[in-house]
Amino acid sequence: MTAVGTGRARPRDLGVQVAENVLFAVGLPVLAVGLWAVWSTRSTNRFLVGPRTLLDAFRQTWIGPAFADDVLPSVYRLLIGLFTSILLGVAAGVVIGRFRPLREILEPLLEFFRAIPPPVLIPVAMLLLGITDTMKVVVIVSGAIWPILLNTIEGVRATDSVMLETAYSFRISRWDRLWRLILPAASPRIMTGVRQALSVALILMVISEMFASSAGLGYRIAYFQRNYLIAEMWSGILLLGLIGVVLAVVFGVVERRVLRWYHGMKEVTRA
Amino acid sequence: MPDGRPLLRVEHLRKVYASGRGEVEAIGDISFTMDPGELLCVVGPSGCGKTTLLKCLAGLLRPTSGLVEMEGSPVTGPSPAMAVVFQEYGRSLYPWLTVRGNVELPLRHKKLSRAERGRLVDDALDAVGLLQSARSHPWQLSGGMQQRVAIARAVAYQPDVLIMDEPFAAVDAQTRADLEDLVRELHLTRGISTVFVTHDIDESVYLGQRVLVLSNSPTRVQEDLAIDLPPERDQLTTRALPRFTELRTRVYEQIQRAKRGPVPSSVDARPVRPGPQARDRTDGH
Repeated sequence: MTAVGTGRARPRDLGVQVAENVLFAVGLPVLAVGLWAVWSTRSTNRFLVGPRTLLDAFRQTWIGPAFADDVLPSVYRLLIGLFTSILLGVAAGVVIGRFRPLREILEPLLEFFRAIPPPVLIPVAMLLLGITDTMKVVVIVSGAIWPILLNTIEGVRATDSVMLETAYSFRISRWDRLWRLILPAASPRIMTGVRQALSVALILMVISEMFASSAGLGYRIAYFQRNYLIAEMWSGILLLGLIGVVLAVVFGVVERRVLRWYHGMKEVTRA
Repeated sequence: MPDGRPLLRVEHLRKVYASGRGEVEAIGDISFTMDPGELLCVVGPSGCGKTTLLKCLAGLLRPTSGLVEMEGSPVTGPSPAMAVVFQEYGRSLYPWLTVRGNVELPLRHKKLSRAERGRLVDDALDAVGLLQSARSHPWQLSGGMQQRVAIARAVAYQPDVLIMDEPFAAVDAQTRADLEDLVRELHLTRGISTVFVTHDIDESVYLGQRVLVLSNSPTRVQEDLAIDLPPERDQLTTRALPRFTELRTRVYEQIQRAKRGPVPSSVDARPVRPGPQARDRTDGH
């Protein structure tokens, strides 16, 4: 929406418009940090730290060897977990979505498994898989796969009947039907599922490391907390937030590329 | 029928849908043949099973009994010799593909070289006047242009029979007239055999070399009418010909009779009121 607004603006308004956009984007965060700084100078609560202290702790804690020891392994497990979820969720979703009998048989079972909070699976996974990377990835997948799977099933199921009939009447091959009809048709729903999976995966990455680990972001944050390293603990939380933002931004870029036709079409029908 | 082997032969076609409350007979008993190069219009009252007939012809539905034969061999599934243009162009074109991508998609499984495929696509897009829109997406085009894309896709597929299911029911009158002339032109210049299903009486007479009037369900062939208008047709002059009016009246009468069901004679003599059918063309925009 903003992009459209900027594009249509006359040149002399452009500067004002950009300034306005920037102000809107960073205005509130800047204000919040300012208030926080003022407040922290007056507060005596040792569990709450000011922005300066936090920033110093952030620099000392995460810029250096800890980045390779704790951050990278966490992010690595997060990404592996996410990609596995997408791969399995979409593959299973296409199969289940295409075959009605299968869908009817599996639906109650899927609802049941989805209802189980994934963190309770961590002790089970620890027993079965040991304290390994695999176990943590399994925990991430066990939570992140559901929104992708269920959205894919719904998207595939809702593939337009006339589009399918067109594919049959022109004898379009199974392969092309999958890649050029069913997956693109379901892609808006798949993307919705992936977006939900992102936050679930991040949560499970942290929790899986808090339970049993000797490295990783979750482990570090829990360690700092137990040792009263309060500023360091907060800096870990800040880092988690940043990772979440980066994920969301990357996802946004990918989504806009993949669903360009979808957003374009929506814009046209709205006009 | 003229001599030579028919292109399409339909014999005692019957289609019954099993529904929750029992069986619904969509098609009673239809028989007809079609010669190569013919432009055949199928017209009938709404809900008479036109779309069912078309889907049986295209191999998308299995008839309950009877036979559909294409060049002497029975049609048991979608055939490479047929291409369908659906009524709902918005749901038949794939919005994630460009115009070119849509036209090219059915050709991908044909054993063609890349260059050959590109040539077919260009040629088809050129035939419908959309070469300059090849890189657009369907939703960026008007309804009439989208239906042209669907026609181009069917033409590029190089079918022996082009099957069109009320293709212009959803576009405005001017666009419809242009598209009708496009179908006539494609038929004249390329000799593509075409089955054109419509509910519009004027359209069937203007387009067809032959009009097949279907009765209400259980659907039969009410009349098989040859349209003896000159092959060079024009929206203004052809529609003003006395013969055009006669034929239109004839089809209209048959449809009125079809609506009342198979009641024998005595109703023929009823005068034809011009009102309803005139409205039939101008309604809806």
